[in-house]
Amino acid sequence: MHIPDGFLDAQVSVVAGVVAVAGIAVCLRGSRRTLDERTAPLAGLVAVFIFAAQMLNFPVGAGTSGHLIGAALAAILVGPYAGALAVTVVLTVQALFFADGGLTALGLNIVNMALIASVVAWFAFRAVVKTLGRTKPTVLFAAWLAGLLSVLGAVSGFMVEFAFGGTTAISLSSVTAAMFSVHVVIGIIEGVITALVVWAVASVRPDLVTGLRDIEQPQRSSTQQPEGATA
Amino acid sequence: MRMTTDMGETTHKAVAWLMLAGLALSLVMAGFISYYASSSPDGLESVAESEGFIDSAQDSATVGSPLSDYGLVNVTDERLSVGLAGVIGVAITFIVALGLFYLLTVGKRRKPASDSIQESSGG
Repeated sequence: MHIPDGFLDAQVSVVAGVVAVAGIAVCLRGSRRTLDERTAPLAGLVAVFIFAAQMLNFPVGAGTSGHLIGAALAAILVGPYAGALAVTVVLTVQALFFADGGLTALGLNIVNMALIASVVAWFAFRAVVKTLGRTKPTVLFAAWLAGLLSVLGAVSGFMVEFAFGGTTAISLSSVTAAMFSVHVVIGIIEGVITALVVWAVASVRPDLVTGLRDIEQPQRSSTQQPEGATA
Repeated sequence: MRMTTDMGETTHKAVAWLMLAGLALSLVMAGFISYYASSSPDGLESVAESEGFIDSAQDSATVGSPLSDYGLVNVTDERLSVGLAGVIGVAITFIVALGLFYLLTVGKRRKPASDSIQESSGG
């Protein structure tokens, strides 16, 4: 999903750049408020893991591959502000050092894959866990759905940008259909990876999962003493 | 001055273990497994090819950099080239991200008030 230079015109790229800078500013303030000395190193680790995971393209259908975006994972683990920043760091390192994603397209990529994807994933995850209650299956499902929707959110961002600033005059509906059909598959896999990693961290230290904060686990039994009920 | 004890030894240990395990996993992924990753075009690239706008792509200004396209320059062995590029990328990301998030929490070492009730009585 890394947009190279040239796909989108200068105006849309500049607008996205401005939106990206504003979004990063909001995330810096939000991260400063929400991170503490336990979660700050975790946010750094999340960025490192996303960089590594994005090198692992998996095949999706004939002649096409996909890789994790990681914004859903990041948002659920360290919150939407720090999560978006972690993805932003990865995208910037990739654009500057690895020629992956264009330089003039960096703002576009940050808007789609860091900002939109993190926000969508955060609200999806929290809404599902709050609505269905905090149990292992619902947390897994919420993480999976957040992963899928984060990818579709990023694709939606790209389609809006392409509609306004695509440099090639082609059928928008055809590109939209092709983009969504490929990325539904990628999003399903993104969801599975997100759910697995969230489950792995939550089973070791659930208190470190920012997305589960302030959501109580339902009591096992109302008549029993709660102390020592769960390990 | 440093308040290492107020958040508990176990939490420190858990964070340290999680960091070590996560870092090791990331190094294995970027340094070793990356060689086996699919080299097919990704979703966007593939759509751009089939829909006919791939030719509007231009080379990034950083395309001549030593790590360009996830291969270390002048290393002919492909496995080594992508593996080294991956490890260097992990190192760069680690330094930048950890530095950024550390700076964001400087001067803010206390946990939120609700979590440090005992501490306030102890002075």
